[in-house]
Amino acid sequence: MALTSIQNIKITAISACVPKASESNYDYDALSDSEKKLLVKTTGIENRRVARFGMCTSDLCFASAEQIIKKYNINRDEIDVLIFVSQTLDYFLPATSIILQDRLKLSKTTMAFDIVLGCSGYVYGLSVISSLMSNGNFKKGLLLVGDKSTFSLSKEDKSTYPLFGDAGTATYIEYDPTATPIDFNLQSDGAGFKAIMIPDGGTRSPWTKQTDKIIELEKGVKRNMRNLWLDGIEVFNFSIREAPINILALLDYNQTNIDDYNYVVFHQANLLMNECIRKKIKAPIEKVPYTLKDFGNTSSASIPLTMVVELGNKLAQKNNLILSAFGVGLSWGSVAIKNTKINCLPLIELD
Amino acid sequence: MEDIQEFIKKIEFEMDEIEPGTIQTRTNFRELEQWSSMMGLIFIALIDTEYNVTLNGNDLINCKTVLDLYEVVKNKAS
Repeated sequence: MALTSIQNIKITAISACVPKASESNYDYDALSDSEKKLLVKTTGIENRRVARFGMCTSDLCFASAEQIIKKYNINRDEIDVLIFVSQTLDYFLPATSIILQDRLKLSKTTMAFDIVLGCSGYVYGLSVISSLMSNGNFKKGLLLVGDKSTFSLSKEDKSTYPLFGDAGTATYIEYDPTATPIDFNLQSDGAGFKAIMIPDGGTRSPWTKQTDKIIELEKGVKRNMRNLWLDGIEVFNFSIREAPINILALLDYNQTNIDDYNYVVFHQANLLMNECIRKKIKAPIEKVPYTLKDFGNTSSASIPLTMVVELGNKLAQKNNLILSAFGVGLSWGSVAIKNTKINCLPLIELD
Repeated sequence: MEDIQEFIKKIEFEMDEIEPGTIQTRTNFRELEQWSSMMGLIFIALIDTEYNVTLNGNDLINCKTVLDLYEVVKNKAS
């Protein structure tokens, strides 16, 4: 069972960056007026940031990381580890983290690698970098997390297009022997892999002439095999079933209860679904921030983005936090971070 | 479990702009003007919250009328 407690880790700062360009779901022509109203009521999503052609996840993460390095005047030679968590990489190969090592002018002694996860990526990434740094051999690390989800969406698919926005983030982690242990509960279920997927382009199903053929599943739902396919009902059921169980198991493991926490930050998937999860773990609404309205579902970036935009200065005081993420994979997990003071830097908008 | 009239009232409450009394036990909910795939998610959330019953995609596909839906929830709740 992937329940674990990791010592000596301090989350010092978080920075987030979104594209300046914004789209409103009220301007999305594939939806009728009543559908727009229902979409906003159900998902909570009104606006989304969309990266222009050529702007990559790594650009958003780069800007976030630069802000942290400059703010803390970090000696770039002292970053021991850099992890990039994303499902929208710059190239098939090499790994984007390695390109970022050079772009950020980090030392060649830096360990850099990618983790390919989406919705659950921030919690997973935090667990990996924390494990690597826990024994004190690495003192400073950067966790870069984000996605350009809009890259794979079909504009003619009203069931996916209005849901996703782009964002990239950076989290600065330091070795700190006085830090309270961080508790994780991480889970996977590959039986549900078809619930959210881009079917073609990998070695299992390479691109062919058929890949770009547009398939009309129902009125307003047209996509091809390189677009994102999302089975809304399956994902919805999975999330409201598994996410609360995962969080409650974490609380049981570390012998705390939900009232011990100041904030619970969920992956920003969909308002109706997140609210179901919130009610099941009995977290009061004032402890659960949302960025769905203005940023949509920002995949792996959604938790750090929500911390920066909605909690900001509140995290500079000592807090106990639960972060919970669930989705593509299927992959999900939660983390309890206690007695933490995190500095959230101002949101960056990239042209 | 409560009777079907209470169940219908809750469904009507979730469907904006529907006249109370529009939905009958034999109403095919997919033929309602207000129906969309998004309503499916709203039904699932409602039934999960109110009855602690999780409907899957197949449950929903196999239901035509509100009565069918009520029966599924009733069976799963017991």
